[in-house]
Amino acid sequence: MSTTCCERDTVIDDQPEARQTLDTYLDSLPLTDDSTRNRGFLIQSLHKAQDLFGYLPESVQLLVANKLGIHLSQVYGVISFYSFFSDTPSGEFRINVCTGTACFVKGAGKIVEEFTRLLGIDEGETTGDMRFSLGGLRCVGACSLAPVVMVNERVYGNVTPEMVPEILNDCE
Amino acid sequence: MPTPALKQTREAEQARQAGFVCRVFCCAGTACLSAEGQDVWEALCDARSTHRLDERVDLVRTGCMGLCSQGPLVRVEIAGAAPRLYGTVSPMLARLIITEHVTPALTRGDDFVLPEFLSSHALPDDLAFFTQQERVVLDRIDQADPERIQDALAHGAYSALADALECRPAELIEEIRTSGLRGRGGGGYPTGQKWANAAGTAAEQRFIICNGDEGDPGAYVDRSILEGDPHAVIEGMLLAGHAVGARRGYVYVRAEYELAVRRVSTAIKQAREQGILGDAVLGSPFRFDCEVITAAGAFVCGEETALIKSIEGQRGTPRPRPPYPSERGLWGCPTVISNVETLANLPRIIARGADWFRTIGTTDSPGTKVFSLAGRARLAGLLEVPMGTSLRTVIDTLGGGSKTGRPVCGVQIGGLSGGLIPAEQLDTTLSYEAMSELGSVVGSGGMIVLDEDDDLLDLACYFLQYAVEESCGRCAACRIGTHQLLNLATKIRQNGATDADLALIDRLAKTMQATSLCGLGKAAPRPLMSFLRNWPERIPRADTPDGGAA
Repeated sequence: MSTTCCERDTVIDDQPEARQTLDTYLDSLPLTDDSTRNRGFLIQSLHKAQDLFGYLPESVQLLVANKLGIHLSQVYGVISFYSFFSDTPSGEFRINVCTGTACFVKGAGKIVEEFTRLLGIDEGETTGDMRFSLGGLRCVGACSLAPVVMVNERVYGNVTPEMVPEILNDCE
Repeated sequence: MPTPALKQTREAEQARQAGFVCRVFCCAGTACLSAEGQDVWEALCDARSTHRLDERVDLVRTGCMGLCSQGPLVRVEIAGAAPRLYGTVSPMLARLIITEHVTPALTRGDDFVLPEFLSSHALPDDLAFFTQQERVVLDRIDQADPERIQDALAHGAYSALADALECRPAELIEEIRTSGLRGRGGGGYPTGQKWANAAGTAAEQRFIICNGDEGDPGAYVDRSILEGDPHAVIEGMLLAGHAVGARRGYVYVRAEYELAVRRVSTAIKQAREQGILGDAVLGSPFRFDCEVITAAGAFVCGEETALIKSIEGQRGTPRPRPPYPSERGLWGCPTVISNVETLANLPRIIARGADWFRTIGTTDSPGTKVFSLAGRARLAGLLEVPMGTSLRTVIDTLGGGSKTGRPVCGVQIGGLSGGLIPAEQLDTTLSYEAMSELGSVVGSGGMIVLDEDDDLLDLACYFLQYAVEESCGRCAACRIGTHQLLNLATKIRQNGATDADLALIDRLAKTMQATSLCGLGKAAPRPLMSFLRNWPERIPRADTPDGGAA
């Protein structure tokens, strides 16, 4: 975790609109007295929260935990288990190279190397100006276009190392 | 009997479609959309309205048309003429299809000859990729718009449900048992038996779960079905629900499959509006509803007990079985958890009968299987063949062999849990029994074709790395075993293998297979072991005089 309990982040208070939307969402859940059953709403709530805030800082985790009546540790346990959730902010452009088999066979590794070389960051890192994050992506199932790169929601197929600078140029 | 309202909707849509002299279908699967498919669709719409063809030409966005490597795909169907499928369609070409094919064909009829620049993009009518398939599960994926329930209804969706509601649940269970349908997710457990177990366990509530957590890299069968024919999956869940007495279903879909999540959600909403889901399914006393659960990115959640924990809001770690979910599943209640393709088979079996289903495939593996072909195959995409078809037929005949010109040296099948099958074993048939003899699995349907230049040991290391990252850490055999196996494989890749290394790998693999809690740990050694077994000449050896202990 990036912060300790004594100096909790203030993301939740800095973004009142997102907080309002999350509050409304959590209040609309058909919660019961059964905290075990209420946990069933946890993962969907975290998806919603991550959509709103871009990531899941501790202050957001705490809000979800309190609303669902479960411990912060249980929420963190779930976040750290699932690769889709992140407690660190990502760059404006999330560059993800597919790590599926077809992409591997067709040279996804060389694509990652080229991004690493041009951006000066490793997989899992974000550039200092918070513009680019580089990561791996679990198979998107567009194997016929391998190797595949996703930049935010946009998909690039049949990518070659020569195309990497163009892809970065598209990020404007 | 379907309700009169539903019958009316179906007939109205069939009449609407029959009213067009020309129908143009545009593939809206993930692969085609990723390759300019959206722009192609917009160009078609634009060209149609420019040429005032709105009343004569119907434009339809369908699910995956199959030949993903040639996408975006557009198919033109004109009354009285053979359908034509265009590949690698650009937005420009899409306009030309309307102006130089559809328009003249409609005005000139038989005199019309397709100009060369279009015919060069038209795929041959007799392409083995299509003619050698037997499409049961994929029968309407390339025909109907997955976002319009009317279109699904016009193509027969929910008619099996209407028939089934008039049967007793026990009869349904018997029918599926007789059909011999086995789970398509990899395990191959008989679906009818699963139903009987769940129905036979006393409980107040029961659940149906659709396992759409297609984690195996290289497989996109479930994604394509969820995207292209979500109503078949919902109908399958309703049938399962009626058979075992469940009132609630969950469709658990990978978060990476954003389009599938959206299409299934739309389908559920439309099914509710039509009275297909809800308090009185098709006006009967049967009550059933379902919802989509978006997964959060953990390979192990494809394992059924882990998936259930994930729906319960916990870390997705598997637990030992028995008890099986059909006895103790979600919230401790009997739960039938089935793979997407299995569920999509159900309406077809109920509609056409168990005996018909048994005429397809082999005695022990009736029916068809959908595969996704990728890697070095010349034609890559989604295809469906009868169980019992040989690997060679799929790769050489349908897939057109290797694209690179180098010979095919093998195929990786079934993702992480499958193995590497060498070229000399390609005559093996795709069936649960034949694949298990090879020490592999039919699995989820991913097939990666490999050629002579592919580094198979590197590929085996890739799978081990994947297993290391995705191991949930619950049991030591998998948590530690995957790491050690990767270390050993990396070591022999760099320094060559000694006899002692190979013996150690063998012992470790056997221990993992025997003692891991779930399929992930049991299967993790398979890619490496199948490499060592099938390509002994490619194992790099250490430079010691005896090739032995270094």
